[in-house]
Amino acid sequence: METIKVGMADLNIIENNGVLVTLGLGSCVGVALYDKRKKMAGLAHVMLPSSKEIKNNSNKAKFADSGIEVLVSKMEQLGADKRYIVAKLAGGAQMFKFNSRADVLKIGERNVIAVKSKLKNLGIKVISEDTGGNFGRTIEFSSNDGSLLIKTIGYGIKTI
Amino acid sequence: MTIDINNLNNDFLDVFKELGNIGAGNAATALSQILNDKVNMDIPQVRLLNFSDVDRMLGGPENPVVGIYFAMGGDAVGNMMFILDLDSAKNLVELLLNKEKDSCKLDDLEISALSEIGNIIASSYINSLSQLTNLNLKISIPSISIDMAAAILSVPAIQFSYISDKVLFIETEFKEQNKYITGNLFLIPDINSFEIIFDSLGV
Repeated sequence: METIKVGMADLNIIENNGVLVTLGLGSCVGVALYDKRKKMAGLAHVMLPSSKEIKNNSNKAKFADSGIEVLVSKMEQLGADKRYIVAKLAGGAQMFKFNSRADVLKIGERNVIAVKSKLKNLGIKVISEDTGGNFGRTIEFSSNDGSLLIKTIGYGIKTI
Repeated sequence: MTIDINNLNNDFLDVFKELGNIGAGNAATALSQILNDKVNMDIPQVRLLNFSDVDRMLGGPENPVVGIYFAMGGDAVGNMMFILDLDSAKNLVELLLNKEKDSCKLDDLEISALSEIGNIIASSYINSLSQLTNLNLKISIPSISIDMAAAILSVPAIQFSYISDKVLFIETEFKEQNKYITGNLFLIPDINSFEIIFDSLGV
């Protein structure tokens, strides 16, 4: 079985019994897209909500808006159909608690909101998620059945 | 002046190295006063890493580490983070509380002690930066988290991601007798503050 690692500000696609893995998601969000008919899985590891907020936006995979757009169009190029793609989300944690500068530290929450809004725009349904909290997550996304395995330190293991 | 973090030249890195040097020197002095023992330090390493390489640090992405986070305010705004691997955290706790621990599991008192040390180390760095630049700089109270290295590192990485596709960090190693304590410090000024700091240093 093929395994591909998806790092920070990166995205990838796998078909036919493969696994996409991201180790230690913190405030970033793992956007897992699945086309059941093609058994095609795509994973984007986004760091920031919007490519329109900042100038340094050449790396499309870094942002929720442009990252999801690129991932969906790449999946479509490989034969996926947007109407059959569903989404699962993980990550978006707030790793540190603080009173001041809340906007900076709530980046995880803002990332999740931005991801959902982009998916809604594209007409892609979020069927399950494990987001928020204050802990890191390792995720394994299977193209065989679209299952998303989530591992944590001290918060258990689950599949969504 | 516009700073391009992706193409920082050696002068800029030297500035950070020097800053790391002075900061770590102050931190070592502070540590040795608290521990009432001699603390040595290595020359800090200053590195500029791609996002894709960030999670290879600190013993791998899923390795549990201790992160202590501060907000920086005053004339320059930004964030600061001090990260220790669990072995170093354990060594530090043993030295601070003068006991031997069988495991790396930390209780509330130990976590609080680590926060305080993080505070002292971060303050040492900030004070040296403040003196070097003549800027008024201060840090917030610490916030601590123990979790996977990549998850902890996502916080400074996201901060850098606003301005760059790279992460700048200063690695410092302290040694007290036989116990090594390796710490990684991330100093993350906001983009405008980067320029304020470099300007005030005349770089």
